[in-house]
Amino acid sequence: MKILVCISHVPDTTSKINFSDNNTKFDSNGVQFVINPYDEFALTRAMWFKEKQGATVTVATVGNASTEPTLRKALAIGADDAIRVNAEALDGFTVAKELAEVVKNGGYDLVLAGKESIDYNGGMVPAMLAALLDFNFVNACIGLEIEGDKATISREIDGGKEMLEANLPLIIAGQKGLVEEKDLRIPNMRGIMMARQKPLTIVESSNGNTTTSIVSFEKQPAKSACKLVAADNLDELISLLHNEAKVI
Amino acid sequence: MSVLVFAESSEGKYKKTALEVTSYGKKVAEQLGTNLVVLTINSSEATMLYTYGAEKVLTVTNDKLNVFNAKLVANIVKQAAEKESAQVVIIDSNANGLYFAPMVAANLNAGYASNVIALPSETSPFTVKRKTFSNKAFNNTQILTNIKVIALAKNSFGLVENKVSGTTEEFSPVLVESNLVSASIEQTSGKVTIADADIVVSGGRGLKGPENWGMIEELANVLGAATACSKPVSDLGWRPHGEHVGQTGKPVSSNLYIAIGISGAIQHLAGVNSSKVKVVINTDPEAPFFKAADYGIVGDAFDVVPKLIEKLTEFKANNA
Repeated sequence: MKILVCISHVPDTTSKINFSDNNTKFDSNGVQFVINPYDEFALTRAMWFKEKQGATVTVATVGNASTEPTLRKALAIGADDAIRVNAEALDGFTVAKELAEVVKNGGYDLVLAGKESIDYNGGMVPAMLAALLDFNFVNACIGLEIEGDKATISREIDGGKEMLEANLPLIIAGQKGLVEEKDLRIPNMRGIMMARQKPLTIVESSNGNTTTSIVSFEKQPAKSACKLVAADNLDELISLLHNEAKVI
Repeated sequence: MSVLVFAESSEGKYKKTALEVTSYGKKVAEQLGTNLVVLTINSSEATMLYTYGAEKVLTVTNDKLNVFNAKLVANIVKQAAEKESAQVVIIDSNANGLYFAPMVAANLNAGYASNVIALPSETSPFTVKRKTFSNKAFNNTQILTNIKVIALAKNSFGLVENKVSGTTEEFSPVLVESNLVSASIEQTSGKVTIADADIVVSGGRGLKGPENWGMIEELANVLGAATACSKPVSDLGWRPHGEHVGQTGKPVSSNLYIAIGISGAIQHLAGVNSSKVKVVINTDPEAPFFKAADYGIVGDAFDVVPKLIEKLTEFKANNA
């Protein structure tokens, strides 16, 4: 089985989010970049298929050279090789089109990705990739087993879960549940050394036209201070929630 | 020309988000000087959609669509968009909406914007405001294609009545093939889901153990709220994973979020920040949640929550 894991290179959760150039660009100064946490669940599940079922695992991202350390980290965790599509990831649809070329050229049976990236939160790339390739696709996946070319999948629905069955090829957008947080791996020294030798192929962009454009960013407006209510004055809390906030 | 909204129903009944996207779609149609068309599947209740501004309702009735299949629904929406010459297609942000909306965009070769929280600030170029960086910021996105697909964030626009005398039309799209099969669905019935809830009551490690969740459930009951928990609580197995809210758990965008014994780690706040009003109850006045909350009580949950249940029960009885 050939697996492709799509990796997004994102600011660490705890990063301060700032913008530059008159609020038109994300300011990456001093920001630590990581593998998108949702993609890490996907990568970890892929490692399981590699170790237990002999799958090969390729990781891919769309981005400039600054994303390479993130790909190397995925290689250090255990992926076999990496592909970087040399294009700015400005628009989810364009990214999906670039990745569709990677999938076509690589003949992958299974494409794993996170359900969204924690920077742009578009939640669109895996679904668009599936539509472009006409592959089966499951979003918000919380469980995946594969036997031969048959997959058993569970996905989170509002207030429950749904079990699905499909044949490969298949695209999965995963989240926690695909693996648990305790299963996530920190690269060890041997993995890091080996990652340096593993192939990282750079492919040129297939030049899709951008379909959207971010023209500006705004930070969350400063929050007014929390109104403290005394623990023995719950009538006041109820009155504030009823009369001021109007939520009860 | 038209604006097309997909209104999701469950067992023939519209979800609240379906009425929200219809309300929103009506305003977008007004901005563009065109009509609102609402597409529904296996629901005959069109009158409700007229109330929120649907000039035309397209109803698809087919037993093959009783179980949701993203590929089929995405293709039906595409066909409806083409039939109605839709300029803008609007879908909600339920689990199913988020699943198939990007497929509609890819099918129509259209630009897609999710997490949209307001009406377009401009219609030419078509510009929408979206949540980004896990609720830490917003961006203004132009959609550059002729057809635009947007997913409206939950609870961002609300329900706005706009009664029109609409018409209903049967629509019989071609159904595409899919070999992705739904084997079974497990749904926790009788409980308010986090996704649909207006109010969410959430407990953290401060509650000391799963045996103390009775009061959380009771408080949720009084408020008609869903129950949720922080990540450590679900990791410890005190509560099911499905209740974990926060960055890697479920996002919450309720009207009211009550955090009890939750310190407010950045990952937790990222997931609950888009709730409109946040209340925190915590013994530690230095807990980071106090910086994110609107109202706070410094106090012991074991002392405050039972009293709050009592007071709220009284309040509800007087305001019924």
